[in-house]
Amino acid sequence: MKTPGFSSLNIKSLPGPHDITRTELSNGIRVLVRPNFNTLSVALTGYLQAGSLYDPLDKLGLADFTASTLMRGTENHTFQEIYDRLESIGASVGVSSGSHTAGFGGKALADDLPILLDTLADVLQNPVFPKANIERVRSQLLTGLDLRAQDTGEMAGMGFDQILYRDHPYSLPSDGYTETIQAIKVKDLKAFHQSYFGPRGMVVVIVGPIQPEAALALVEQNLGSWTNPDQKEVLDVPDAPVLIETVQQHTVISDKSQSDIVLGAAGPRRSQEDFYPALLGNSILGQFGLMGRIGESVRNKAGLAYYAFSALSSSIGPGPWTVAAGVDPKNQDQAISLIIDEIKKFTSEGVSDEELEDVKSNYIGKLPLSLESNSGVAGALVNIERHGLGLDYFQKYEGMIQKISTMDILNAAKNYLDPEKLAISTAGPEI
Amino acid sequence: MLEPIPTIRLKNGLEIKLKEIHTAPLISSWVWYRVGSRDEFPGKHGISHWVEHMQFKGTERFPADVVEKAVSRAGGMWNAFTYLDWTTYLETMPADQIDLALSMEADRMKNTIYQPDEVESERSVVISERQGRENNPDFWLNEAVHNAAFRIHPYQHVIIGDKVDLENMSLEDLYGHYQNYYSPNNAVIAIAGDFDQDQMLKKITDLYQDIPQGPPPSRINRPELPQRGEIRLTVEGPGDTIMGDVVYHTPPASHPDFFPLLILDSILSGPQGLNMFGGGGISNKTSRLYNKMVESKDVVVDIQGGLPATIDPYLYSLNFIVHPSSTTQKALQVLDEEIQRMQDTPPGVDELERALKQTRALFAYGSESITNQAFWMGFSEMFASYDWVTGYLDNLGSVSPEDVQRAAQTYLLPQNRVIGIYQPSQKGNNHR
Repeated sequence: MKTPGFSSLNIKSLPGPHDITRTELSNGIRVLVRPNFNTLSVALTGYLQAGSLYDPLDKLGLADFTASTLMRGTENHTFQEIYDRLESIGASVGVSSGSHTAGFGGKALADDLPILLDTLADVLQNPVFPKANIERVRSQLLTGLDLRAQDTGEMAGMGFDQILYRDHPYSLPSDGYTETIQAIKVKDLKAFHQSYFGPRGMVVVIVGPIQPEAALALVEQNLGSWTNPDQKEVLDVPDAPVLIETVQQHTVISDKSQSDIVLGAAGPRRSQEDFYPALLGNSILGQFGLMGRIGESVRNKAGLAYYAFSALSSSIGPGPWTVAAGVDPKNQDQAISLIIDEIKKFTSEGVSDEELEDVKSNYIGKLPLSLESNSGVAGALVNIERHGLGLDYFQKYEGMIQKISTMDILNAAKNYLDPEKLAISTAGPEI
Repeated sequence: MLEPIPTIRLKNGLEIKLKEIHTAPLISSWVWYRVGSRDEFPGKHGISHWVEHMQFKGTERFPADVVEKAVSRAGGMWNAFTYLDWTTYLETMPADQIDLALSMEADRMKNTIYQPDEVESERSVVISERQGRENNPDFWLNEAVHNAAFRIHPYQHVIIGDKVDLENMSLEDLYGHYQNYYSPNNAVIAIAGDFDQDQMLKKITDLYQDIPQGPPPSRINRPELPQRGEIRLTVEGPGDTIMGDVVYHTPPASHPDFFPLLILDSILSGPQGLNMFGGGGISNKTSRLYNKMVESKDVVVDIQGGLPATIDPYLYSLNFIVHPSSTTQKALQVLDEEIQRMQDTPPGVDELERALKQTRALFAYGSESITNQAFWMGFSEMFASYDWVTGYLDNLGSVSPEDVQRAAQTYLLPQNRVIGIYQPSQKGNNHR
């Protein structure tokens, strides 16, 4: 049977300069709007420069704690009032912290966009961090850490970050530790908010059945006068330290049926030229079809795991390029060895023309599905703005993907993955 | 918002539902089989789910790697799910690439190849899937609660199955299960997206009409007897966190009381909606149980509810995590006070209106995804009919406050529930 080729993209139907409106408000907030009159609901998303990179070492989890408490009460509304207003119309707003930025998102029926923006603006600008609510959130965060301690996947991931990113901000968990969460006081939350929540570097994206002028007017009305003279400058992160040899570590979590494996190295930053070769290479290694070469070897042929895949987590900084699998503890060594074999092959022989054609076709073909919903488009616009990809990103996309060669992928693979210098972290029962 | 869709039935019994949606160049196709974990006998628990895995091993015409590659090259998505009452297979593809998926799906209704080595490697994959779940304390709790809630009905068993059965089932068992249940007269095909209905119907008819009808598969008919008294159980294991899983026996989705119970669930523990793909949820911070148990009394750190739509009577479940400085007993006491309040006084009209508005919003969110629209069309046929979805909002809208009160009085009774508690075996010895 003949494998069909991909359909050529209908470039006009993809978001682009012809239908994205981008504006910068006088206080620095950048706003992107894309109308979609086929839908009944509106998606709001974006970010501010308030990620966990700014956590003090003795108060790890501060950014996360701050983001989790913004909606617990403002100068204008109590926690109950905030949620009552949203939930009674089936809307949602949430703020959560990542490592570089704090992200926010919201969803509502189109007519209710003013309520979404009013709520968002209020919780970002006027939080009051009420004491009883803070303690409640603290209990939730501490319980989350107790659950994390029992989660083999999370613990393997944390161990991996500690091996790979020694003395680098990425080694630190953004949800902190029990003692650091316990050390955070209300005044720390207030100070973090004052130092990092502000309009500079903030991005707001709106997608839904609304005219851009109307959406912009609403953002201007709610966030246009926000200033924060105390807002601190954005930090960059250093390159990842280089491992001189493979380091392996096991975290014992007793009474578990399965061990989780996370292994790999630091990958490229999103802005680096070899990001796209690494991205396509990663797909061949552990994504395409049923989890690429890794899935074929570990799951399909050896039957060792239900999940086995690779992931490239490039961001502003050098995010990790990892392979993860969940296996019976007695098969852990065999699975690691199969994965390393695949990395060896990947970094020495590279990929075939056919494999490359397959993933190119996949990356181009999947655009319509990933951009089907308003939240899908909103997420894509956030990425465009975060990484300065340009409003014509989707119009340039096919050309950018098509020009990548097998040699580009081999070079990227060699650049970032060395089978002799891997961080290998496992978590599960004693072995 | 959603219009009824006529069912077209081929001579071999295959039911077809089609819906044109032209907002994106995509088509989502789902084939649903009336078989799930409820159709399994002792020694064979987990067979429906394992057969679902085997269905990805390919046919003579469509070898596994060829289909996998074609779907991925086209940037499509394919997957499958096994539930209590049903098993379903879906492909969402760029509209001009759907034909291969349609042909492959028709072919694997009868022609999947079951090879001994593939059965063996999939055996360990399925066992590994179960082991992955066992790593979560709430899996053990959920399993124990189901075992206690059902003594007779096959809903007793978790879908993934028992490890001992996964170790012992044979190729013949799996192939027999496949032969029994995978036939046109036991299937519904639901397709939504960017196509012309007449052309699509012709395609589907051409692909399926020559597949012979099978003997009508019989389903296990073992109704559960009423529970006689409250059941309490404890599951012990590692960790520091006490979790609760409280379940009440409830009527099936087709029962008139199901809609009052959906409103009850929405008021007590927040809105659920029917979205499987996309849409996102609505928080439940103003629901009565969250409000009391998390906010006012600090007895739990989170609580969620669920009322799945099933063929036979199943369970309304409330899952919570006990606050580190509170106790199980206090949490259950506050839960009971809130249930008592609902039994004593009908909820306010405003609470019903809110539940309705939330559901309307969730429908709007879910309808943005063509995959989700096609999901609704087939899913509802598994336990009722698509009219159940199209009439959903009207049915919720006609529920009165007294209906909700009566549902609470009828079903949320101690003798009708199982209380399962996950108790950390070394609580206090760890870092807190």
